[in-house]
Amino acid sequence: MLFASRSLCCRGIGTYQLQTNLLSRSIKLSASDTMAFRHKNTRRIEGLDSNVWVEFTKVAADPSIVNLGQGLPDICPPSYIKEELAKAAAVDRLNQYTRGFGHPSLVKALSQVYERVCGRKIDPFTDILVTVGGYGSLFSTIQALIEEGDEVIIIEPFYDCYEPLVKMAGAKPVFIPLRYKNGGNSASSADWVLDPAELASKFNSKTKAIILNTPHNPIGKVFTREELQIIADLCIKHDTLCISDEVYEWLVYKGNKHTKIATLPGMWERTITIGSAGKTYSVTGWKLGWSIGPQNLIKHLQVVHQNTLYSCPTPLQEALAQALWVDYKRMDDPDCYFYSLPRELESKRDRMAQLLQEVGLTPVIPEGGYFMIVDVSTLNVDLSDMDENQPYDYKFVRWMISSKKDSTLDAAEVILKNWKKQSA
Amino acid sequence: MSRPVQARRLEGVDKNIWVEFVKLATTYSTVNLGQGFPDFPPPEFLKEAFSRAVSGEKHMLHQYTRAFGHPPLVKILAQLFGKLLGRDLDPMTNVMVTVGAYQALFCCFQAFIDEGDEVIIIEPFFDCYEPMVKMAGGTPVYIPLRPKAPKEGKLMSSADWQLDPAELASKFSEQTKAIVLNSPNNPLGKVFSRGELELIADLCVKHDALCISDEVYEWLVYDGKEHIRIASLPGMWDRTVIIGSAGKTFSVTGWKVGWTVGSNRLLQHLRTVHQNSVYHCATAAQDAVAQGFQRELEHYGKPDSYFVQLPRELQQKRDQLVQSLVAVGMKPIIPEGTYFLVADISEFKSEVPDVPNSNEPYDSRFAKWMVKNKGVAAIPLSAFYCEAHKDNYNSFIRFCFAKDATLKAADDILQKWKLEKTAP
Repeated sequence: MLFASRSLCCRGIGTYQLQTNLLSRSIKLSASDTMAFRHKNTRRIEGLDSNVWVEFTKVAADPSIVNLGQGLPDICPPSYIKEELAKAAAVDRLNQYTRGFGHPSLVKALSQVYERVCGRKIDPFTDILVTVGGYGSLFSTIQALIEEGDEVIIIEPFYDCYEPLVKMAGAKPVFIPLRYKNGGNSASSADWVLDPAELASKFNSKTKAIILNTPHNPIGKVFTREELQIIADLCIKHDTLCISDEVYEWLVYKGNKHTKIATLPGMWERTITIGSAGKTYSVTGWKLGWSIGPQNLIKHLQVVHQNTLYSCPTPLQEALAQALWVDYKRMDDPDCYFYSLPRELESKRDRMAQLLQEVGLTPVIPEGGYFMIVDVSTLNVDLSDMDENQPYDYKFVRWMISSKKDSTLDAAEVILKNWKKQSA
Repeated sequence: MSRPVQARRLEGVDKNIWVEFVKLATTYSTVNLGQGFPDFPPPEFLKEAFSRAVSGEKHMLHQYTRAFGHPPLVKILAQLFGKLLGRDLDPMTNVMVTVGAYQALFCCFQAFIDEGDEVIIIEPFFDCYEPMVKMAGGTPVYIPLRPKAPKEGKLMSSADWQLDPAELASKFSEQTKAIVLNSPNNPLGKVFSRGELELIADLCVKHDALCISDEVYEWLVYDGKEHIRIASLPGMWDRTVIIGSAGKTFSVTGWKVGWTVGSNRLLQHLRTVHQNSVYHCATAAQDAVAQGFQRELEHYGKPDSYFVQLPRELQQKRDQLVQSLVAVGMKPIIPEGTYFLVADISEFKSEVPDVPNSNEPYDSRFAKWMVKNKGVAAIPLSAFYCEAHKDNYNSFIRFCFAKDATLKAADDILQKWKLEKTAP
């Protein structure tokens, strides 16, 4: 929303002579009320005030709405992580400040888990930064390494914050779409691919970084090693950084494998890999994430961190550390939460896909993540009377929210079955 | 890469005193009176609230909450601060929750300080103000509190450190965007009087400057003094952002829950920064803090209110530490507020000689000597001054007295030290 006063700049107040009595102060108060307010936002946040979540979560907050919109589980986190948090909070010292760049027991646990995954030594104190969620890692990375004059490649569709974060850093986003390769009847996220020549054309001498998100939100694509190699080759050729958002790294379904681009040759030294406790342990409300990379890059993220929020909450970090140890010890065991969670989610994925197909919709079966996109054009809903300015899918979602009320997956099933009956 | 990989905004903000001093304290100290956090537990009612949030039935407390602040928390903050300020506050627009007061400060500078803007900082200052202003492209303009000699035979009080009105007025210019006020002040413990606040307010109104008011120690006020909120002065509500901290209010620095209170015209821009940096704050701790405030509102002004009990206990500890320091030959400045105390150590130049033309200020060398040789960690006052002014007040060190067992241990060491000094 724009205020008319933004276009005015009033500095006329400065010429008043100050008197020390209350009367003149109150006169001044009413004078400044009527004058244009010069304290508008800084240039760095110009145009970044609107946010899709603010809009849609407000609408979906109505309790009669089935919220399958925002990405947060309504299933419980594993009991042991909640128990660890309760235990941590009972220790006096753990209610006070901890190490700024990450609670020692947590960074040590993270280094162990990721050393195993990546097959390389990771120093807990220099190669890791703990942040406020994956979001905080994206912010720290971009503020540390991106500035005016830089270009950053963003793959569409993209998790919405990438664009404003790049803009807030003064840089220019350069977009490249995943293109749908029609592969027959059942659509898969694997059908959405980058065109290698098109991708190569987006790189130039100003390209500071590319943001990679795998498994991908919203499509659920899990980039293959070959696809990652194409990106890696370009990064090396153009000496570009890679910001790899891998918050859904464990949520990978049968037949798919999550590959870390940082493990490809020549990539460790130019990649920041981002992870999230929220997505790993179904605790989005803990807002803990991490950035892992080489010391010469992570040190700059640490500088941002020490000048933005300094440290993350202690008891949460301690609890997360303990949970990671539990699962680290059973990384060879199928019961490890890193593998049991995706198994649980896979059956939900399949159930949702089936429901949608029965209604006549065409879901794109995700290889990973916990989102599923669906083609609604087959329903042919007439929305011509709604707001002209919005894209069809925005209007469809608003229509769906307002006319197909009720609550989560079970209730969604009821709605969708009713819907099918109505349209039959 | 031919140019540095990091962004220019990190220039000059990479150093941080805590990294060095926390390391020293961890390595050498048996008694850490350096960093500001309590060594006693949070109040029982708050621990119970957190336990309920973590292990209770409301498992959605482990998932995302409202980005700008968990509804129960913003509602109670609006209620409490509305009462304290004598205003009707809207929890959704006049309050925003942040990751500690630290992140609130960050949001303020990012939202309002552009390249070329000047920000007035009162010395000695909580060290992060300077790099945060610089990272936002702003220019810090410093003004010192100047000590007036105390009455004959009396110890100095933090009230004796004052701003020179003419000097303060001279610091305001066309470029002045904001002044940072910290009352009660860290490190000195000064509680600005109404007259002093009116001085600042008049200049803010005259020059149409903002006031970023860091009031994290608002409840830690001694000797019957009153903490006055500058936002309640005429003309100030529209131009002030008040910053508070659950860490300091409830002795839970490790929870990292803070907030901003102010007019919507200002807070809307803080929200934009927040949604483009961390977006959400952790849910469970916010829920517990909300319950803590609920309890305090019910007990407000009563003897069993934590806001009454905590300052009473800390005042005793303050007096205890003052005695011990006097006995050993230091000259403490009695703080009117906060849990910090600054002591003059110039008497010790016989024991720890000054080194002329040294790069390091005397108090820093003394603090390092003291932690290595006496095991007591404290912070040199010069750490709270800009580079150019580090030698102006370089014979003082800061102690934190929010300590139980640590304070007793410190007393033992100081007694021993005193005996060593007086031994023939």
